[in-house]
Amino acid sequence: MNFAALFRATLPETILEIAALIVLVVDLGFLRKAAMPARIAAAALVGIAGCAIALWAVTIAVPYRWASDLLLAAGGSAEVAQLAILILTLLTLLLLIGSEFTRNPGEYVSVVLMAAAGGLLISAAQDLIVIFTGLELLSLSLYILTAFAKKSGKSAEAAVKYYIFGAMSAAFLLFGFSYLYGISGSTNLRWIVQESYFPSVSGGAPLLYVAFAMIATGLGFKVAAVPFHSWAPDTYEGAPIPSATFIASVSKVASFALLISISVALAHGFGADNQVRLVFLNLGPATQLAGPQAKWGLILAVLSVASMIVGNLAALVQSSVRRLLAYSAIAHAGYILLGLAFFSTSSLSAEAILYYIVTYGLTTVGAFGVVGVVERATGSDKMDAFLGLQKRNPMLAAALLVLFLSLAGIPPLVGFWAKFNLFAAVLRVSAGVVPFTLVALAVAFSAVSLYYYLQVLKRAYVMPATDDSPIRAHPATFAVLLAITAAVVVLGCFPTLLQGWMASFYPAP
Amino acid sequence: MLAWTIYISFAGALIAALLPKDKPVFARWFALTVATAGMAISIAGYAAGMGQGRLTIIDAPWVPSMGIHYLLMADGISRVLVLLTGIAAVAGILFSWNVELRVNQFFAFYLALIGGVYGVFLNGDLFLLFVFYEIAIVPKYFLISIWGSTRRQYGAMKLALYSFVGSAMVLIGLLAAYTTSGSHSTVLTDLAHAGLPANFQMWCFPLVFVGFAILAGMWPFHTWAPTGHVAAPTAASMLLAGVVMKLGAYGCLRVGIGLFPRGLDPWGFSLLGIGSWRDVFAWLAVIGIVYGALVALAQTDFKFVIGYSSVSHMGFVLLGLMTLNQIGVDGAVLQMFSHGVIAGLLFAIVGRVVYDRTHTRQFAELETMHLARRLPFAAWTFVFAAVASMGMPGFSGFVAELQVLVGAWRVNPAWTTVSGIGIIVGVAYIWRALQKAFFTDALPTAHELESEQARRFPPITWPEIAGVILLGACTLAVGIYPRILLDQIEPAVKSLLAGGAQ
Repeated sequence: MNFAALFRATLPETILEIAALIVLVVDLGFLRKAAMPARIAAAALVGIAGCAIALWAVTIAVPYRWASDLLLAAGGSAEVAQLAILILTLLTLLLLIGSEFTRNPGEYVSVVLMAAAGGLLISAAQDLIVIFTGLELLSLSLYILTAFAKKSGKSAEAAVKYYIFGAMSAAFLLFGFSYLYGISGSTNLRWIVQESYFPSVSGGAPLLYVAFAMIATGLGFKVAAVPFHSWAPDTYEGAPIPSATFIASVSKVASFALLISISVALAHGFGADNQVRLVFLNLGPATQLAGPQAKWGLILAVLSVASMIVGNLAALVQSSVRRLLAYSAIAHAGYILLGLAFFSTSSLSAEAILYYIVTYGLTTVGAFGVVGVVERATGSDKMDAFLGLQKRNPMLAAALLVLFLSLAGIPPLVGFWAKFNLFAAVLRVSAGVVPFTLVALAVAFSAVSLYYYLQVLKRAYVMPATDDSPIRAHPATFAVLLAITAAVVVLGCFPTLLQGWMASFYPAP
Repeated sequence: MLAWTIYISFAGALIAALLPKDKPVFARWFALTVATAGMAISIAGYAAGMGQGRLTIIDAPWVPSMGIHYLLMADGISRVLVLLTGIAAVAGILFSWNVELRVNQFFAFYLALIGGVYGVFLNGDLFLLFVFYEIAIVPKYFLISIWGSTRRQYGAMKLALYSFVGSAMVLIGLLAAYTTSGSHSTVLTDLAHAGLPANFQMWCFPLVFVGFAILAGMWPFHTWAPTGHVAAPTAASMLLAGVVMKLGAYGCLRVGIGLFPRGLDPWGFSLLGIGSWRDVFAWLAVIGIVYGALVALAQTDFKFVIGYSSVSHMGFVLLGLMTLNQIGVDGAVLQMFSHGVIAGLLFAIVGRVVYDRTHTRQFAELETMHLARRLPFAAWTFVFAAVASMGMPGFSGFVAELQVLVGAWRVNPAWTTVSGIGIIVGVAYIWRALQKAFFTDALPTAHELESEQARRFPPITWPEIAGVILLGACTLAVGIYPRILLDQIEPAVKSLLAGGAQ
């Protein structure tokens, strides 16, 4: 075993873990007697420094192989996702400064960093064992983060729900993994896919279906796809705001990066060299959706349609903005799953999906930032807490306007471009009646989504305030929100900035 | 040069949002300056475009990997509609001089809306056109829901959702056309050259056409229009009727007919005499003309009369488009301009000059006020606007509607015959409104005279007079000398009909 290579491949995760330990030492060792705001700021800053160093480490990471099997990928989708995870974690930590929900900032930040390390691991993982380890690291940290507001009953309730659902789904995932191992005799994604093409196994295709369905259950829970979504509204509502932000952004990016890895493996298992083997075995002409990819695609398409419909319709009747964001997250997961269901062999789909999830994560961090400020001032996350926001804090209201319109997909904001790009990718991969109908459905439901985003904006801008007292945001929070809002506008007007940057991580076609 | 209309409007919107809240006068003059500059540019651009065909204003790659261009171009049709937008924008600001609530925000949303409208009219790239089209939706919502009147939140939400559903249909059509043509480019001319298959055009055309026609007030998707117009503040209803409905009609022409000409071909079978999408939409337009007029005849709210008259007049635009012959489409474009100006004037009188003084729009109450005597300016301007709206010779509406009817006759005389009923009812409803609102027979009672003495109306202000003169002069000028617009419209329509958008 080459430990030097392993160390180099896992350097970003290692840095985050070291930073997590330093946070504990600084907070519990040096600053135990210091004032609470100073402790929170110090813990967050150490965490931010850790993220910043890890960002650098990601850029020099190399793939790690065990014998000839790829365990950890580097470059491409993995690198984009890892950079995004670190940046979003960094922003979440910046938003933490100025919040006061816990008396243990050191522990909180160190758990956040460990969760981020889990996220980095699953974005790069190409092996079932590594995937499961990373996923558990991420999930267990998230359960703790959800329960962190110790005095809040809601927080505890949310954590228990999240934990029970999570444990169940992990069991399903593991069950599916065991089938895959049984079918292929390998834990490596590429090998599994290649083995599952052969007739001897295709004869046992039902087993493969079961395995895929189990895995989709496990990962569907992580991305909150219907029907595995019911934890999301409660967790988004009950968790402390920074934890909810983290779950809604970082954890989503990591989980979708993992789904991209699986889809890439499936698409490439059907790539050039294997096609030759198929023709040799007289299996007839290859079509776009054949073999395991078709099964996987079908399962994802079903989840996608269910998520779009349930997410958007349930969001219409919410009165809590956090729950509204949870259901809208379910709907967005539905759009992304559509991109995964019709996945291309080139990097086209992967790029479009990453673009979507990264910009969505960024927008969501901003949206939760605004909700957090309002909630701290009014003590509620109900829609009516936003009444008259344009008077109480015009900049905050403007940020809310931009972020929510971006989530609704109004040009020229980044959310629109992400949607267009994603749907165009779906149709470019497969132009049949089915993908077209599903895209039409997705576009129709984004029209529905405007209604519930406008419900919040209506309170912020249109309806009269019941309380005129100004709302103040912490300068750090304010700066983060301003930066995110500006990014949403600029990236929407100049989509090539981010798109070109992402494309630079992929080999030229 | 015309591109600056877009930039200064958006820059103006941004600056207006940042202006101090407590200085409304400042915001008003600022907005008027921006809008006037926009109008000046549009007039100059119009004059410079005389005798020229389609001019490319700017062409820069926007998203090269997907073939999306930042491409602005203008032909005669665009220049006419940009001119209309410039005029309507200035008039709208003049008639909202008395807005006192959150003035800077009002003008910020207003200018953002104007910028989006300019953007749509000057577009050469389908994707970019869609972007500007959607930009125009959000400001409309806030303008109506914050500064509106009767059932404003309902009207605003209905309008926003109708618009967004329409644009979702357009987006589906855009994605389909883009991927079917091979995902190389979203430039309109490239898409038109791509040779989209006839059976594809056959289902994509109605999708896109209806998507745009929702905003043009096509029956039976018109119901947002009366409620939206009535709920909107004066300036917003002027813009809605004046230019926003034209966005829809322009999209129908430029994208629907320009990109999918084969979609209008006969189906190969006919049902009740309807054998193509062209027949379907032409009949819907004719129904809109008659239905709008009949419903307007039965209204008790002054503003609803004008709201339904918009549905009726926009029916002429859609009917003109469906004739697909030179004179009919010329008429449709001219009608867009004409209705933009006349409807602006009507809404200004009802919403600003009358309502802001009487605080009612119900005929039953207006009848007791003897407005012809107390507000002679309003009464006589309304007579002027009413005559223009009826389509009297000498006003722009006459030339436009005549051309549409002649064009329709050449295709199917039944369309013209039925639309004729709409014109007759059009005279009736406007006459009824005129009589009920201004010229009642009953003599004032002593009690009424007393209360008149006690509560005098505020005098007519200079911005109102300026706005009336601006809009009135436009409809007269076009009515007396229509060639001023037709010289630009005709060649553009000719080339559009000859080869799709090629």
